[in-house]
Amino acid sequence: MTTYIIRRLLMVPVLLFGVTVLIFGMLQFLTPIQRSALYIRSEPKTDKAVEGVIRQYGLDKPLYVQYWNWLVGVVDNNGERKGGILFGDFGYSRVASQPVADLIRTRFPNTLDLTLWAVAPVILVGIWLGVQAAVHQNGIIDQAARVFSIVGTSFPTFVFGLLVLMIFYANLQWFPPGRLSDWANRVVLSDEFTRYTSLLTFDALLNGRFDIFLDALRHMFLPILTLSYINWATFLRVTRSSMLETLRMEYVTTARAKGLPERDVIFKHARPNAMIPVITLAGFQVVGLLGGVVITETVFTYPGIGQAAATAAAQLDVVTVLGFALFNGFILIVANLAVDVLYAFVDPRVRLS
Amino acid sequence: MAESVPSGDNTLLRETVSLREIGWFERFLGPENYRIVTGLLKTPASIMGFILIGLFILIAIAAPVIIPPVTPNDPYKMPRDGFSPNPQPPGSEWRRNVPPVPFWYEPVMGTDKWTHILGTSTGQYDIFYGIVWGTRTAFRTGFVVVLTTFLIGIIVGSVSAYYGGVVDNIIMRIVDIFLTLPFILAALILAAVITPRFGKSLYPAIIALITFGWMGYARIIRGDILSIKERDYIMAARVIGVRDSRILFRHIIPNAIFPTLVLASLAIGDVVLSFAALSFLGIGTELGYADWGQVLSFARNWITSLNTYWYIIVWPGLTLVLFVMGWNLVGDALRDVLDPRMRGKT
Repeated sequence: MTTYIIRRLLMVPVLLFGVTVLIFGMLQFLTPIQRSALYIRSEPKTDKAVEGVIRQYGLDKPLYVQYWNWLVGVVDNNGERKGGILFGDFGYSRVASQPVADLIRTRFPNTLDLTLWAVAPVILVGIWLGVQAAVHQNGIIDQAARVFSIVGTSFPTFVFGLLVLMIFYANLQWFPPGRLSDWANRVVLSDEFTRYTSLLTFDALLNGRFDIFLDALRHMFLPILTLSYINWATFLRVTRSSMLETLRMEYVTTARAKGLPERDVIFKHARPNAMIPVITLAGFQVVGLLGGVVITETVFTYPGIGQAAATAAAQLDVVTVLGFALFNGFILIVANLAVDVLYAFVDPRVRLS
Repeated sequence: MAESVPSGDNTLLRETVSLREIGWFERFLGPENYRIVTGLLKTPASIMGFILIGLFILIAIAAPVIIPPVTPNDPYKMPRDGFSPNPQPPGSEWRRNVPPVPFWYEPVMGTDKWTHILGTSTGQYDIFYGIVWGTRTAFRTGFVVVLTTFLIGIIVGSVSAYYGGVVDNIIMRIVDIFLTLPFILAALILAAVITPRFGKSLYPAIIALITFGWMGYARIIRGDILSIKERDYIMAARVIGVRDSRILFRHIIPNAIFPTLVLASLAIGDVVLSFAALSFLGIGTELGYADWGQVLSFARNWITSLNTYWYIIVWPGLTLVLFVMGWNLVGDALRDVLDPRMRGKT
C-alpha cells in the first residue's frame, strides 16, 4: 500500500503543474492590459499607470518569465511582493472591487457550509434507495427507482432549481433563496455575534442563536434539495448494480443456506462489500459538490464561490474567474488525493497489494 | 449460407445445433455491434427515447413551417412584441413583429391572428418561437460538439493505446489534468476568456464544450483498442509486415470504434444540457438568440413572481427535460447492452 500512496503522492505535483499551465494558457487570451489586474491591489487611475504596471511586472516578457512571475509574484520598488498564486495572491477583481483572494475568503465558507449539509442527505438517501432497489429487484421500488433515476438525470440543475423555487418560494413562501433573512443578517453583522468558524450554521449554534441557525437552514433547504436530487440518481444506480452483483456471490448463498435471517444476509454480509465502489463514488461526489455548485448557487442566489465565479464570468471579469478556477483546482487535487488514500484503507484488495 | 458451415464431417453438429440465419445487416456490422443495435431497438424505454428524439428532429426540420421567421435573413433572432419587462400570459395578442401565418394555423387555432401561444418572457420575446427555433440551435450545437469531441477523442485515444509506454503515460496524464476542474466550471471559464475574441455568439460556448469534452472518448477508445490489439488477426497482420498506420486505421479502429460512436451520438443530450447551462449563466449567445438556455435565463429576474409568470420556466424547462430525457432513455438502454455482465441476456 505504501507504494500505492507514494505513487499517488508523486502525481500531485504533476497535476498541479498541469492545472497551472492550463489556466496560465487561458490567461494568454487576455491582453497585457487585462492581465495587469493580476498584480494590482486597486483600480489604476490612468492609462499611464497601467502601462507602468505592464512594464514593472514583465507582462511583455517571454511566456516562461511571465509564468514564473505568475507563480511566485514580483517584488516591487517598495520591497513588497505583488501577485504570485503560490502565495495565494490571485489578483484584483474588477467586479467585486477587491482582491480575488479576499473574495474567495468570504465566499468559500458559505459553499463549504452548504456542501457539509448536503453530504448526508445525498449519500445516505442515495445508498438507501439503491439497496432497496437491489433487494427488491424488479419490484415496485426498483421500477420506481429506475424511472426516478432517468427523470432525475434528465432534469437540468437550473430547471429543477427554478421549478422548486416556483413551488416552494413563489407559491408557498416556505423556503426563500439567498443566505439569511434581513433581521438575521443584521444580528450576524453586529458585534454580539462572534464568527468562530465562519461557517454560518455552526457559528449560530456556538453563539446560542438557534433562531439564526434555523433561518440559515431554511435558506439552504432548496439548494440542498437540488443538490441531493441531481446526485441521487447516480448513487442509486451504482449502489443498485454493486449490490445486485454482491447478492449473486457464493458467500451470500452460503449465508442463506446456513439459515441466517434475510435481514442479516443483506445488511451484514452483502451490503458492506457492495459499498466499496459506492465509497469511491461518494468521495468523488463530495469533491464534485464542492466544485460543481456553480449552477445551484446561481439559481438560488446563494453567496458561495460558485455564484461569484458565475457572476464574474458573465461580466467577463476573467482574472477573477481564473482565480476561482485555480482555487478550485487546488482544492480538488488535494481532495481527490484524500479520497484515493482513504480508499486504499477501506478496500483490502488495495491495502494488501 | 454454405460458407458459414465449418468444413469436415459435422453432420452430428448440424443435427444438434440449428444454424441461425445471418442477415446482411448483421454481416455488415459484425456480431458484437449487431447485438448493440438490436438490443437498443428491442427495449421499450429506448424506443420511447427514439420517439422523443424523432419528434424533436421533426420540429427542427419543420421550424420555418411551424412558425415562419419574422426576419428571414436571421431566423434565429427571436421576434419581440414590444419592450415591456413584464411577461405576458399564453394566448395574449401578438401586436408587433408578427410572423407570417402558416397554413396549419387557422385550422388548428381557429383564427388567422398570431397569439403568443406559450406567452412571452421578459422583453416580450415569444416563448413558442424560442422553443421551436431553439430546437435547431440545440441540434446544431449538439452535433458540432459531439462530432468534434468524438474525432479528437478517437485520435488521442488510439495514438495513446497503439504506441503505449511513455506516449501513453504522457497522454493519459494530460487527460487527467483536463479532468481536474469540474466540467461546467472549466467550460464556463474558457467561454468567458474567449468571448471577447469571438463576440457573443455560439462559438465561445461550443469551443469551451469541445475543449473539455473529449477526454471520456479518448479513455474509452483507448481501452477498446488495448483489448483488440492483442487479438490474433492483428498479430497476423504484423507478421506479414503491414505498416503501423494501416494496422491502426484498417484493422484496429474499425473494430474498436462502434461502442464509442454510439456513446458519442447519445451524448448530444448532455451537450445540449451543458450548452443551455452556460447560456443560463449568461455565457453564450447574444441577447435574443433563439436558444433554450437563454429563454430560461430570462426567468432569473422574476424568481419572486414565478407563481404568476409560471409559463416563462415551465414550457422551456419541459422542452429541455424532454429533449435530454429522449437521449437518456436510449443511453440507459445502451448501458445495459454494453455491460459485459448483461451479455447473453438480451
